[in-house]
Amino acid sequence: MMDALGILATASVWAATLRIATPLIFGTLGTLLCERSGVLNLGIEGIMTIGAMVGWLTVYRSGDLWLGLFAAALVGALFGLIHAVFTVLLGLSQHVTGLGITLFASSLAYYTFRLAVPMAASPPTIVPFQPWRVPLLSDIPFLGEAIFVQAAPTYVAVILTVIVGYVLVYTPLGTAIRMTGENPHAVEAQGLNPIRIRIWSVVAGSALMGMGEHFSPSRYLTASFQRWCRAAAGYVPRLWFSHHGKPWKALVGAILFGLFDAYQLRLQQVVAGAIPSQIFLMIPYVLSIAALVVSTQRARVPQALMQPFRRGEH
Amino acid sequence: MRLERRVDISMALVVAAPLAAIASALIIAGFLIALAGADPFNAYKMLVVSAFGSRLSITETLVRATPLIFTGLAAAVAFRARIWNIGAEGQLYAGALASAAVGHSAVAMFPASLAIPLVILIGAAAGAILLIGPVFLRIRTGADEVVTTLLLNFITFLFVSMMIEGPLRDPDALGWPQSFAVDSSITLPLLVSRSRLHVGLLLAFVVALAVWFVQARTVFGLQVRAAGLNPEAARFAGISLPRSLLVVAGLSGGLAGLAGTIEILGVRGYVTTDMSPGWGYSGIIVAMLGGLHPLGVIASAIFVALVFVGSNGMSRALNIPSYIADVIVSVSLLTMLLSLLFTNYRIRR
Repeated sequence: MMDALGILATASVWAATLRIATPLIFGTLGTLLCERSGVLNLGIEGIMTIGAMVGWLTVYRSGDLWLGLFAAALVGALFGLIHAVFTVLLGLSQHVTGLGITLFASSLAYYTFRLAVPMAASPPTIVPFQPWRVPLLSDIPFLGEAIFVQAAPTYVAVILTVIVGYVLVYTPLGTAIRMTGENPHAVEAQGLNPIRIRIWSVVAGSALMGMGEHFSPSRYLTASFQRWCRAAAGYVPRLWFSHHGKPWKALVGAILFGLFDAYQLRLQQVVAGAIPSQIFLMIPYVLSIAALVVSTQRARVPQALMQPFRRGEH
Repeated sequence: MRLERRVDISMALVVAAPLAAIASALIIAGFLIALAGADPFNAYKMLVVSAFGSRLSITETLVRATPLIFTGLAAAVAFRARIWNIGAEGQLYAGALASAAVGHSAVAMFPASLAIPLVILIGAAAGAILLIGPVFLRIRTGADEVVTTLLLNFITFLFVSMMIEGPLRDPDALGWPQSFAVDSSITLPLLVSRSRLHVGLLLAFVVALAVWFVQARTVFGLQVRAAGLNPEAARFAGISLPRSLLVVAGLSGGLAGLAGTIEILGVRGYVTTDMSPGWGYSGIIVAMLGGLHPLGVIASAIFVALVFVGSNGMSRALNIPSYIADVIVSVSLLTMLLSLLFTNYRIRR
């Protein structure tokens, strides 16, 4: 009989944590890139949904997992470009545009999926990424099973976190992006084009978002994938840590959310029946609101976030 | 290319903007219909016929429009004051659950003429609380209400699911869990016999007019508009920003709660977790298409209802995925944003 704390001592809960966190890491990194350049991208849910659909469909047709990833990034970038044209070039409301992108991208995903894959008794499947044992490291007792037996995407997510972090903090490009989020007029005074920087940041960030869901290791893709339920999964880590604007905190936030999810699934089996399952499902959302309230009081939000840049207008 | 603000905006332009937005959305969706192998013109003809072709379909479209008017008003009222209420879906469920919960006992204590308004008020209050909380948090701590209201949707939804599987479960109902039904003496009377159309539609019209009156003809309405347009200037003019934000939050959340309550009292009688097909989110689109104007909301709610009801029949007949309705409506939102831009600005080389 396992007790509530004993769950944490199993390698499987940590392996599941990383698996669940993987799509969230992509989503959070994408959000971070957009926000550091000064653009709020609420289109994330739609972009992740259509990225998942296009990625899945590409793999279904071609059998090539990495090609599917590329297609997912491409479609994410495309919707990012729409968001950027609306919000950066035309200066329209970032809130409403983001919601519009989310509604449009997800309904388009459902529609085209139904066109491409007609209703069938047994939905078609693909072979997803398989767990890969890192040589040597996976033989370490406990840690090996917990961390180093993952599907390739999880390693990609961690590597991307390092790359995005390095670029943002240590390169001139990253400085330009962060400066655009703080004060686009100062960027222009430096001879750089803040509009171009914002557009490319949103496109790149949205490409990262698009890749995220392609990695949730599922063989099926059903068109009735609970609408908007993913919404919370995407937003939760976003608010938890990305407002601090540091990639490593985004990583930690995503992993914490993954841990909670993996933990509550197992805890439910331990205390089965005593507590309604909905309580467990509610906890991450309640905690997120609490974390948001605590963190916004000391968080540093980019100064020019949500302020459209128009040349000559201060 | 640069954008230049128009000095005076003609009425014709204001009316033309949503029409242009809808027309271009229909053209874009038309390509997707053609992709499915159907003739777009025929498809749109069938859409209108399915939504307005018979007495039954007209009443069904108006039944569908009723909650959309309420959620559309909820979004319009909030957005005007720059409160980003994404939580109408949760507020709707809260209103529905609260009215179903008290609908039973209220009848035992009061006559129906008193019980109906009481149940409606309690439903509105439940919705209001769900928005006053997040707005209060924003004022006090700066927590973004986009995120808190969105998260509250999920919490509320889970709470509803817990209640109708637990204390409020109707033990006599077969199949999926559902709540107790409200007593038949407090259901809303029908507007048209042999249909589902109930007086809730008239109530929605009256509420829209009342909102318009408050916004356009009262000092409070003016203060809120000022606060939304320019908070700094409003503060200078001696308007208490937190107070007006909280009142607007109560109004907006209450309207979304009403959407759920009226649906319970008018159509369903009981709560299920699949009660709303995203009316709260569609309300945002309704509000934008209606130009955030209460009377515009009525027109756009009927349009959105037309698309949803009409697409049902059309997609079955032509074998097109019924998600086309969501595509049409969401593209309209994006094209409406562009239309609004060209209403307020002109392009100069």
